[in-house]
Amino acid sequence: MSDTESKPDTGVPEVPVPADDTPEVLNKALSGLSSRWKNWWVRGILTLAMISFFFLIIYLGPIVLMMIVLIVQIKCFQEIITIGYSVYHSYHLPWFRTLSWYFLLCVNYFFYGETVTDYFFTLVQREEPLRILSKYHRFISFALYLTGFCMFVLSLVKKHYRLQFYMFGWTHVTLLIVVTQSHLIIHNLFEGMIWFIVPISSVICNDIMAYMFGFFFGRTPLIKLSPKKTWEGFIGGLFATIVFCALLAYVMAGYRYFVCPVEFNNDLNSFQVDCEPSELFQLQDYALPSVLQSLTGWSTVKLYPFQIHSIALSSFASIVGPFGGFFASGFKRAFKIKDFANTIPGHGGIMDRFDCQYLMATFVNVYIASFIRGPNPTKVIQQLMALRTDQQLHIFNALKVHLIEKGLLMTQYDKLRCL
Amino acid sequence: MTELRKRGAVPVPDSTDGDNISDKEAEGVDTEAECEGDKADTPDVPPSSADNTPECITKALEGLPPRWKNYVIRGILSMAMISGFFFIIYFGPITLILTVMTIQIKCFHEIITIGYRVYRSYELPWFRTLSWYFLICVNYFFYGETLADYFGALVQREEPLQFLSRYHRFISFALYLAGFCMFVLSLVKKHYRLQFYMFAWTHVTLLLVVTQSHLVIQNLFEGMIWFIVPISIVICNDIMAYLFGFFFGRTPLIKLSPKKTWEGFIGGFFSTVVFGFILAYLLSQVQYFVCPVGYNSESNSFTIECEPSSIFELQEYTLPTALHNILGWETVQLYPFQIHSIFLSSFGSLIGPFGGFFASGFKRAFKIKDFANTIPGHGGIMDRFDCQYLMATFVHVYIGSFIRGPNPSKVLQQLLLLQPEQQLSIFHNLHSHLRERGLLPPPQA
Repeated sequence: MSDTESKPDTGVPEVPVPADDTPEVLNKALSGLSSRWKNWWVRGILTLAMISFFFLIIYLGPIVLMMIVLIVQIKCFQEIITIGYSVYHSYHLPWFRTLSWYFLLCVNYFFYGETVTDYFFTLVQREEPLRILSKYHRFISFALYLTGFCMFVLSLVKKHYRLQFYMFGWTHVTLLIVVTQSHLIIHNLFEGMIWFIVPISSVICNDIMAYMFGFFFGRTPLIKLSPKKTWEGFIGGLFATIVFCALLAYVMAGYRYFVCPVEFNNDLNSFQVDCEPSELFQLQDYALPSVLQSLTGWSTVKLYPFQIHSIALSSFASIVGPFGGFFASGFKRAFKIKDFANTIPGHGGIMDRFDCQYLMATFVNVYIASFIRGPNPTKVIQQLMALRTDQQLHIFNALKVHLIEKGLLMTQYDKLRCL
Repeated sequence: MTELRKRGAVPVPDSTDGDNISDKEAEGVDTEAECEGDKADTPDVPPSSADNTPECITKALEGLPPRWKNYVIRGILSMAMISGFFFIIYFGPITLILTVMTIQIKCFHEIITIGYRVYRSYELPWFRTLSWYFLICVNYFFYGETLADYFGALVQREEPLQFLSRYHRFISFALYLAGFCMFVLSLVKKHYRLQFYMFAWTHVTLLLVVTQSHLVIQNLFEGMIWFIVPISIVICNDIMAYLFGFFFGRTPLIKLSPKKTWEGFIGGFFSTVVFGFILAYLLSQVQYFVCPVGYNSESNSFTIECEPSSIFELQEYTLPTALHNILGWETVQLYPFQIHSIFLSSFGSLIGPFGGFFASGFKRAFKIKDFANTIPGHGGIMDRFDCQYLMATFVHVYIGSFIRGPNPSKVLQQLLLLQPEQQLSIFHNLHSHLRERGLLPPPQA
């Protein structure tokens, strides 16, 4: 194929494919089967292994989840950067590997610092060094980034300018895609584990369902980029995912562990996931449209409002999420690689599994911010306390007026009348 | 294929065998062959359009030798740009915002055009549309956030604006996603790599150019002095370093920019600090520069009037004994802002040039002399603004960390969006806090 491609894509050395990573034990157990079936079995087993692992870490709680997200992010970053090195043959620019990891550290420091300041506000205020780091956090992060920038400029070597700029650009785009979105995942997580589990499950379910529908009914190809995808798979996956997601939402909305925002309890110095569930997670009656009424014989149905939201989330995962997958497919074709890496036998690299997840995580974050969550009260208090006293007084008076209007506060006059 | 190699060098012998192209230089071939994996995008960017100098200037300077002619043109254009700067400051905030936006669009256009030339991707028409579309999306997002912040009252009044403001992030994200999906659908079989390169090129440019121009605008809203002083510092450093280098320059500074010298660097540093200090003194006295730009909802216009904050009020500073003996003064009256200006000037002189080196490296990497030819004698807009961007980001972070507290109207806005129980609890917290400070009368018995 490479001979017939136009000039811009020729001359591309193939990225060497790493050797097969399947564990010996699996290889032995499946030695009898033909290679196609063997591949399927390996994929199937690994899929089950990954899903079980997912359940395990959910059980272990928020801290473990955060760490897993961090590890996945680092691995994705490494996979993409390694591809960049292979494409550009830039292994011999040792500075650049150091710089890429340095930038990764900087951006992570910035994001984790903001998260820590938001959610562990009281803890941070107590410890003096943490307080200073938190107050000047943006400045410190910027200074760290600038150091990396200056090191990059000083490391520019005469005959490798273009290469170095390419790697600089490559690193930054990767950071933009991988790191920012992994932090959005963590924000979603803090909102309540259900906002982490349901989106990820939708994407996984859509993957699997679209594959099954495509396997059994697939006929019309969907997009030239991914010849294996079919319209039947796409539509079947959409409906199956919506149903699955609504059911999953129903099951999970009943548990506080999943539904409550993750909070840090300063006295106990631990995470607690305990609260009064918001009205999204309380059963409400919905009147069925008359069509469904005649079909099922029920006049109203009890649903969690969250299930309605889950329909929006699963629709996104099935309709727009796959574009993340197509983007990754196009990327792999552009750089003539089969998989991002060979970390997971039968599946490819971590990035191969997570390509659709990133778009989903961003969507969920924007969705929550736009339709669900109000501002974070701790953050508002934080900002209030940082204002000047005359500004605080002004806000106090405005708030007072507002609360009195809403009948939440009794004026002095009302208090006197009650006596 | 041969036209790609027509630079006069001997064609690379293994050019027909794609797999053997490596990134290391082949011997005897000039450096243009070094590239990454794609040998097709090495050719240098074709020289930009002919010299843009207006006819009248060229005629007037006919007699002089070309070197002097270049100096005079540069000099005239420098003065023209500085006057233009004063002019738009006079016109006020709206004009400044429009100017920043125009510059941003032009810089974006310049960098994207370079990308097209490097990758010869003119024949991908979708891509030009998509780049501009992404530019509009990101600008919509940023301007929307700014408008919602600063024009809160106006936005609340108009129903469509209120709706757009409440769901702003969602709308911006949806617009961006539409562009992303269009990109994926536009991927054409033989041009995948090219398209991904242009996608990345566009995004990095957006990251650099657009985000930082919005930081410039936010600095502006903080008070025009936070816009004028940093830009003047960078301009002054440029000019002073050039002059010092011209008269005293001896030791080269960095291989990237052979014309820069240590003497210029250090001389520029000291003179910029002094210049910044004096400029800060002059501007701190004028309310027009010092007050945050506020929008008056009743009169539907910008007002720049306020009680100047404490950093713009003269304070007494005791001089250290060394200076005391030299000057004979015990204390000196300074604006605290002047102390801040020292930090800004130091940054502008010491770190700001790295932005310039970055741009020089970029130009060498892609073998272009200037970003474009918009300004005769100077090059493109990006050539003039390469150091400014780093400065703008620094000023923004500096203000956020050391000067400004949170925006009170924004805090109130957020407060009103909370749940009633949360509002009540914050209300009581605030009440006791203010009572402690003695700002509220104690509760009546």
